Formats: sequence, structure tokens, C-alpha cells
Amino acid sequence: MHMGDALISPAVGGAMWATTIGLTAYAAKRLRAENSEKTPLMATLGAFVFSAQMINFSIPWTGSSGHLGGGLLLAILLGPYAAFLTIFAVLAIQALFFADGGLLAMGCNVFNLGFWPAFAVYPFISRYLTCAGLPGAGRLMAVCIPAAVIGLQLGALGVVLQTLASGRTDLPFTTFALYMQPIHLAIGIVEGIITAAVVAAVVKARPELLAASSAQQMARSGQRPLAIALIAAALMIGGVLSWFASQHDDGLEWSIAKTIGQSELDPPRSAVHASLAALQEKISLLPDYDFKKPQQADAAEGEEEGGEGKDGEKWPAVNAGTSVAGIVGSVLVLLLAGFIGLALRRPPSGKF
Amino acid sequence: MSQIEKAILDLGALDCLARQRTAIHGIDPRAKVAVCLVFIATVASFDKYDVAALAPFAVYPAALMAAGGVPISLIGRFLVYACPFAILVGAFNPLFDRQIMLELGGVAVSGGWVSFFSIICRFLLAFSAALILVATTGLNAICASLTRLGLPRVLTALMVMLYRYIFLLGQEANRMKRAHDLRAVNDQGVDLRTYGSLASLLLLRAYARGERIHAAMLCRGFDGEMPMTAISRFSIGSAIFLIAWLAYFAAMRFLPLPRHLGEAFLEAAR
Amino acid sequence: MSHHIIEASEVSYFYPDGTQALAGVSFRITHGEAVAIVGENGAGKSTLLLLLSGCALPSSGRLQIGDYLATAATLSHIRRTVGMIFQDSDDQLFMPSVEEDVAFGPMKMGLPEADVAKRVEMALTAVGAQHLRSRPPYRLSSGEKRAVAIATVLAMSPNILALDEPTASLDPKRRRSLIELMRSFTHTKVIATHDLDMALALCPRTILLHGGRVIADGLTTAIFNNAALMAQSGMNMEPIPSR
Repeated sequence: MHMGDALISPAVGGAMWATTIGLTAYAAKRLRAENSEKTPLMATLGAFVFSAQMINFSIPWTGSSGHLGGGLLLAILLGPYAAFLTIFAVLAIQALFFADGGLLAMGCNVFNLGFWPAFAVYPFISRYLTCAGLPGAGRLMAVCIPAAVIGLQLGALGVVLQTLASGRTDLPFTTFALYMQPIHLAIGIVEGIITAAVVAAVVKARPELLAASSAQQMARSGQRPLAIALIAAALMIGGVLSWFASQHDDGLEWSIAKTIGQSELDPPRSAVHASLAALQEKISLLPDYDFKKPQQADAAEGEEEGGEGKDGEKWPAVNAGTSVAGIVGSVLVLLLAGFIGLALRRPPSGKF
Repeated sequence: MSQIEKAILDLGALDCLARQRTAIHGIDPRAKVAVCLVFIATVASFDKYDVAALAPFAVYPAALMAAGGVPISLIGRFLVYACPFAILVGAFNPLFDRQIMLELGGVAVSGGWVSFFSIICRFLLAFSAALILVATTGLNAICASLTRLGLPRVLTALMVMLYRYIFLLGQEANRMKRAHDLRAVNDQGVDLRTYGSLASLLLLRAYARGERIHAAMLCRGFDGEMPMTAISRFSIGSAIFLIAWLAYFAAMRFLPLPRHLGEAFLEAAR
Repeated sequence: MSHHIIEASEVSYFYPDGTQALAGVSFRITHGEAVAIVGENGAGKSTLLLLLSGCALPSSGRLQIGDYLATAATLSHIRRTVGMIFQDSDDQLFMPSVEEDVAFGPMKMGLPEADVAKRVEMALTAVGAQHLRSRPPYRLSSGEKRAVAIATVLAMSPNILALDEPTASLDPKRRRSLIELMRSFTHTKVIATHDLDMALALCPRTILLHGGRVIADGLTTAIFNNAALMAQSGMNMEPIPSR
């Protein structure tokens, strides 16, 4: 469920980053106000989640394997603010060191994997965990399984929406959702079971840990309205900005067009036209290079051969990748890049 | 070699690379972080069908790897960890977008294939950029620069500590897994019930260790503020690095260099 | 009787980052022998045990354990033949109770329930831990953990026992009872240690490792009395003069 940078547009990535930063600042502030030094515990539990994610278990009857996500578990053991920050830290390490999730997409990932369990789901279940003394395995299962399922369903939905809003995929919403949601339903059930089992073990071995973390939650009044407000705010920011981004596919060009009155620095059109025409004349063996942009079927004529662009249309020069000249040119550039790399190379040192 | 063991070794190797001394390592981490993020954002900003226009962006990772002493084999080594989600989703594009976009040597190529290829290129570019950032900067410096750039200190301090304890707990987890594998002679993986138990015990150990660490910190006068790696003043070299790369990205974003080069080349070839 | 021979010929092991842990190690251990693998930290003792127990394969050279030549295909058989006891017992106990942990191995071997129960009983009795049956691992003292860890391995009826620093962090009383316990086992024993007194008490033969190489292989008493050899391997046992 970690999103990479390849499917994301800067607008969506930026919007989710903004949302995540806001939530992070909020969580940091609330954690400071709690005045309990939790950093060592957050670090070791985060390291636990990281390690546990690298051990796979086999899922019965399916022959496939899975691993613990850990978001809900962290929320139960650390409380929402510490858990959100820990999830951020784990995802950051995974993104930086293992490219498990992109850097631009990190805002999305932290939101999808951290916001829902910590801020949306946990506040609603925390009271059920300790309402009648310490929870037994049954109560934990009853609470954790739906909690995990809901959290993961919302997270998966987030992935779908953010990917679609970015416009790099052609998957229609229904197909994508039908692909993501059922899988994450199954994952959610297993996650809930494991979370319940682990919390049950903690309760049995060190009951004071759960009591301590819940006591802090209980002490805070008005948790649920706050959670709802937070959810609404986050959805609004993330959703509105992402919708806005999807309305303007090339948000960058659009905003630049607005600023300087043209979408990019145009090369002289006549030269472009002339060379492409010459190309067609001389190399009759090679087929024509038709240039259709499916997303702008209505603006077909006049776009071919990189000809005169009409005002307000996207200048096809941006899509140089689809002409042979573009391909040839890109190969040349790559060779140049390789050459630069070789030229700058340091003598090999040490073992690797 | 188990998954965890390999991951820890790879982490250590990346750490080693980050401690080299090259011109790139000497650049201010804030500049490197900023350039990396702008790089990724710029690559992501291209239209979905852009492929050739991405080519000039390969210069950034190539140059940094070369000048920063980062071996190319690193890319392959870490590629196995990279989440293939983007590729999997992108692979659906050819199914849904069948409008012919161009013809190459008689073969009709649909828009779906073009956009899929574009996704693969973006993936490789973003992936190498992030890896190179860590390999030339190191986590401590990255966290320190993120703190300076505004991220809450509690988060960046947590990242530094977390990183340390990943090695420790990862090795514990690895040994437990190994002990399990030695006795689960017929199993391929860990069954669900055993996993629950294993995870629980690992968690309890993590808790206990966290408490011991806290006690040790208090004994040495910890007052709530985590010390951070110091960052020196922004050097001229770093400023040049920052401005030069940002200018290059802007230029390559808006100038269709590959196409011009290609046209010039083809004309000359005639 | 040939089932329990361990034969290593020019075994080397490199970690993926290139560090060489073992270099051309050769030896032959026959059925029922008790051999101490002695050397300083980093000499390669633990690595050798990992190879013997089927956790890893040699990078080069030939390793024969019982009837099996160590290859990827035979690892599961080797794991049944050799029972490994880890340095840190916490790493070895991962089930909710002692009984379940000891039963884990036989169950995974596919034995019927009655056999499993019998083996659990036998193993717990052998280490004197019957009273700890239903305890969870975090409620055991380190001596108890060590005993239970051994029981988990005994329940699989291995032919060969590999022990990594078994007496580390044990108090004198528990150390003594552990040594007595190990004396009572008739399995082939390979013990990595720098507890030289235990090595003298339990193992007539010692293989001395240094820098991943075997620098001596013979009678324990002879090797330990060779001051030059011991110093070379970093096992300087001269008493520290009291002030």
C-alpha cells in the first residue's frame, strides 16, 4: 500500500504533504503537552514494527503471506499522537533507505497509513478497550478486527483517490477500487487478529502498560468531537486540493500559463515545423509519426507534427517523447549523462 | 540469509557509503535534501505521456553517483526492496488506453504503453534520487536538516533513535526467526498463531529495552531535548550546487532538449 | 554409527559484505565426542556453529553432517540432526508457554499428539523443568530460560548438540548444574565457549580458533597448558595479580 512517486503528481503530493505536516505539528504539540518522555519507547516500538514487518506469516487457506502493519497496535500502545509520529518515522526510514514509498508520496503514505488508525479509528475504540477493566482476548478481537478493517479500508481508498487524482494511471475508479478494497479487507481482518493477539499478550504480561496508555486517553476530554473535526479538516484539505489538482492535469503548466501568459518557453515554431517536414520528406522508409493525444481528442488537427498550437491548448512540445526525434534525442541525452557520470567518477574505493 | 539479516546488512552498507568524504558529501545536507525533493517533484510534474523529456533528468543521479562515490550496483541491490505498486498499477495502462500514439518501425504503440513506460522511468529516477540522497548524506544529517527546515524536533530525534534501534531489534528478531526456522523443519513460513506469539514476545522485549534506554538516558542527564547533529553554515559551494541544479531542472522541464537534439542529429545524419 | 560424524574440509565463510569469518577450517568429529570450540570474540566460533546447525551454508569447502552433505536441499535434514542452543535464550523461546515451546519442534516434525506429549515430558524431565510447564517465557529466570531452551531442542531428539556459550551469564550454582546436565547427555556435543573451566570439565578435545582459522586441534589439557598457543589465540589465562 505504499505509494511510489511514479504515479503521483506534484499537486496531489504537495497537498497531502501539507496535510501531513499540519497533522504532525499538531501531534507534536499535543505530545509535548502530555509531558511524558516517550521517545525511547516510540523508538523501540517503531523498531519493533519495522522488524515485525520483515517477518512474514502464512495466511491460512490462501497460501499467501502477509506481515503486521502495526498502525493500530502503535495507537493502542502509545496513544494517538505518539503513534502518528512513530508511524511517520518508520515510513520515513522505509522511504529513504528502502524506497518503500516515494519521498514526494510520503505525505500520502503517512496519511493513509497513520492518520486513519491513530486519529480516526483509535479515539472511537479506546474507551472500549478499558471500559470494564482490562480487556480479554474476546473483547480485543471484537474491537481490533473492525478497527483494523475500517482503518485499512479508508487507507486503501485514500490510495485509490490520490492515484486517480494524479492522473498518471488509466485505471478507472471502479476497477481500481475493486482491486484494492477486497484485498485490504482481508489484510485488515488478519491485522486485527494479530493486533488483538499481541495486545492480549501485553495485557497478560504487563497489564500496567495498557492501563497507563488508556488512562492518558481518558484524561483527555472531548476526544471524539476532536477526532471528527480532525477527520473533516484533513479530508477537506487533502480532498479539495487533490480535486483541484485533478481538474488541471498539468497543474504546473496551468499555473505557469496563468503567471506568464504562456505555458512554457516556446522554441521557434518555424524551425520545428521545418525540420519535421524535412524528416518526413527524406526518410520515406520510416512511417509517419502520427501524434494523437487521447486526452484531448477534440483538438486533433493542427496538433500533428508539432504545428501551430492554438491559444489555450497545451503546447505539444511538452510531449516530445512521442516523436522519433524525441526518442533519438533522449538516447543522445542518456549517452551524455552516462559520459558525464564516467567523467566524474571517483576511483573505486574499498569493498562493496 | 533471512530477509531481516539482508536488510540490516544493506542498511549498514548504505550507512558506510554515507560516511565517505567526497565533494558531494561535503555539500550542505539542506541543499541536497531540497534539490532531491525538487528533482522528484519536477519529474512527477511531467505529462503522463512524456518519456523522452525525462531523459535529461538522468544526468542528476548519474553525476551525483559518480562524484559521490556511489556504485551503480547499489541501485540493483536496493531495487529488490522498492515497492512495485506503481509498476503494477501502471501495467494496467496499456489495457485501458489503446489509442495509437505513434508508430515505431511499423509497430503501432498505444498511449497506454507510452504512459506505462513513462511510469517506469519516473520510478527509476525517483528511486535513485532518494537512494543517492541517503548514500551521500546519511540519516543524521538528513534529520538535522529537516529540523532546520521546520519539521518538529520530536519527530527527527525519533527518526535518529529509531534508526539505531532497528539494527538492535532487527537482529533480535532475526535470531528469533532463526530459532523458529531451526525447529519448524517442514514449514516455509511462520504460521499465524506462532507469529502472534513471536511478535508479542518481541514486543515485550522492545518495551523492556525502551525502559532500560530511558533509564540510561536519565542517568546521563537527559532533560527532554535530544541532541542533534550540528550543521555548519551554508557554504558557497552548497549554494552553487543548489542554484545550479534547480536551474538545470527548470531548464530541462521547459525546454524540449531531447527533441531538439534528435532533430539536429537527424538533420546532420542526412 | 557413521550417522553422527561431522566432517569439515576447507570450509570458508564470507558474510555478504565481504568479511571473512572462517578460512579453510577442517576437522572431523566422531559420534559421541564432546568438543570445545575455543577462541576470542570474533574468532569465528558462532559462525562455525551456524554452519553446523544448518542456519547457513559454507561459502566454499565441504561440510558433511551425519549422512548429509550441507547443501540448500539438505538444510531441513541437518536442522533435525543438529540441535542448536543459542547464546541468548530469549531468542529461542517464542511460544506463550514453556510446554508449547517444547512441543513446537516435535509438532512441526509431524509427530502424532501422543508422541509429542511423550517427548515434551522426556525433555522437561531431562532438564528438570517439569514444574515450569505452564509458565510464560518472560516469567523465567535466566537459568530457567537456559534449561527450557535446551529442552526445546532435546524434544526433537537430535543426534548432535551445538551450544553457543552455554554458561554465559549464569551464576555459579546454575553453571554447575548446567555442566552436570550436559555431562549426562550422550549426544555428540560441540560447544563454543571461552569458559575454559567448563571446557576442561566437559570436553576432552578442543579446537582452537583464531581469525577464522584452526590453529590447534587436540587434547584440551595439552592445548590449555600450551601458554604460547593460548596467548596467540588471545586466550591469555594468566591470573591478574591482586594489588
